[in-house]
Amino acid sequence: MKKLIIAGREFNSRLFLGTGKFGSHTQMQSAIIASATEMVTVALKRVNPDKEDEDILHFIPKENMVLLPNTSGVRTAKEAILAAELAREALETNWLKLEIHPDPNYLLPDPIETLKAAEELVKKGFIVLPYINADPVLCKRLEDVGVAAVMPLGSPIGSNNGLQTKAMLEIIISQSQIPVVVDAGIGVPSHAAEAMEMGADAVLVNTAIAIATNPIIMATAFKMATEAGRMAYESGMGIRNFKAVASSPLTAFLDE
Amino acid sequence: MAMDFKEVFEQWSWQEASEKIYAKTAADVEKALAATHKSLDDFAALVSPVAADYLEQMAQQSHALTQKRFGKTMQMYVPLYLSNECQNICTYCGFSFTNQIKRTTLTDAQILAEAEVIKQMGYSHVLLVTGEATQTVGVDYILNAIKILKPHFSNISIEVQPLEEEEYALLAQEGLYAVLVYQESYHQETYKSYHPKGKKSNFNYRLDTPDRLGRNGIHKIGLGVLIGLEDWRVDSFFCALHLDYLEKKYWQTKYAISFPRLRPATGIIAPNFIISDKELVQLICAYRLFNENLELSISTREKAEFRDKLVRLGITSISAGSKTNPGGYAVTPEALEQFETDDNRSATEVAAMIRNQGYTVVWKDWETTYA
Repeated sequence: MKKLIIAGREFNSRLFLGTGKFGSHTQMQSAIIASATEMVTVALKRVNPDKEDEDILHFIPKENMVLLPNTSGVRTAKEAILAAELAREALETNWLKLEIHPDPNYLLPDPIETLKAAEELVKKGFIVLPYINADPVLCKRLEDVGVAAVMPLGSPIGSNNGLQTKAMLEIIISQSQIPVVVDAGIGVPSHAAEAMEMGADAVLVNTAIAIATNPIIMATAFKMATEAGRMAYESGMGIRNFKAVASSPLTAFLDE
Repeated sequence: MAMDFKEVFEQWSWQEASEKIYAKTAADVEKALAATHKSLDDFAALVSPVAADYLEQMAQQSHALTQKRFGKTMQMYVPLYLSNECQNICTYCGFSFTNQIKRTTLTDAQILAEAEVIKQMGYSHVLLVTGEATQTVGVDYILNAIKILKPHFSNISIEVQPLEEEEYALLAQEGLYAVLVYQESYHQETYKSYHPKGKKSNFNYRLDTPDRLGRNGIHKIGLGVLIGLEDWRVDSFFCALHLDYLEKKYWQTKYAISFPRLRPATGIIAPNFIISDKELVQLICAYRLFNENLELSISTREKAEFRDKLVRLGITSISAGSKTNPGGYAVTPEALEQFETDDNRSATEVAAMIRNQGYTVVWKDWETTYA
């Protein structure tokens, strides 16, 4: 498998993990290890230096890991920039998952505020990975302002509904000059495999693993599915046809 | 221009809502359970008496939806009572104007002393509570309390008298996260009889409060009815109507529902309507099925064994080790309470109970600087 490179950093694993919904921090830790991920995202608002022994950061393996703080909870570009600066200071990293979702129900990202914030944050030296709707034009605009990767959603976050935005994701993947990470809605390993077969560079999963009865087995399943999908993509898959191909009924006469 | 809530509210009579709920049949409940997105009509079916036969199904759905949306997590919060001064007569409340109790409003130093103790308990999310005494505990007092507590807590909410729009804007600017304002009852006549005197007797001003909040960028609005004043099924239907209206209009705001059951307190009368534990579970599940994004909150009014069970039934935030008197944590622990708490376990004990059920205890989930 080819290595994934984002902002000059090499990743062996193309599966990224969210950390928010696990039943315990030790369970999260075991799932992270089982998944072999090298990048996990953590909400800055959850980081609690006051209770270090119970703090989520304490349980995230450090070795060969990129910690990707996210701005979950903010509603505007202004708040996002503030949160990003806090995250950089608190977690000592330039990496940032930019997420601005003013709608608290479906947590759908605000494209206008996201573009504004991304531009500003890139100028401030952040490695920005924005969470966005599967909008191909927005992806190109974000690429133009210098984000490191784009993270379009497959379906609303936490919905486990799979790649409902498939048609748009295909366009995004075909047009993008930067890595495309399919972020939300991936509910079962086959969704992850599907995204990878389509040519996505990576997937990010949280809910599906965290709320499984056995998150560790599920993390392993996602690891395998992500790898399988990627290997299939790199293998040069045959074109899928739903019907047998007729033998040139319109042009056969030319050879007669 | 979209309607304000009063216009929506006036399209319904209590009688009409009541008849709607009590006319629901098993088929209506089954239809509601099968619907992907539950309507207000479905909510009416789910709080109806016939839905009691479907409680296990409701609980299963509630459990699954809550885990999908919130994960296996439980948010911890604690109330901090700042004052028991009050000019309202609320016939069910220990702080009611005519009750002969010692009145206290905490000074800055006392607030900080209380804060110190609840920080030690592990808390990062705090709910400031007062009575309604505009002269001494007006918006300036609340603003000051937020200012001095901000360095110590990552999330500050209030449960105080309804305020003016500009006042909410001021508090939001200072970092206030959420405002809880319960209508108590949506039955106008009942409301009048329980609140005979004081500013709180103005039903409509209270009813309009969430609109004033929605317009001022408060992150979260908490709604609820005081269970025991009226028929909980009908009152909750109106609360759901209110929620439904607010959510469509103020789409950037989060919403929370609490389930305060009337508790004994000095000088108060017994509840007129009783809700059983089983019915309270039905109500909690009905809200979750109606709205999977709602924060559902349970306080120490409820007894320990019951709260333990609620962890898996749809509740997403819980208080523990609460004191309901100003100064109760550090300053004057013996002072009279607003209501008697029933779960007197410490925060640490309740946190352990939550973890034992396979949930992560979340102490901190915000930064005051985000506001």
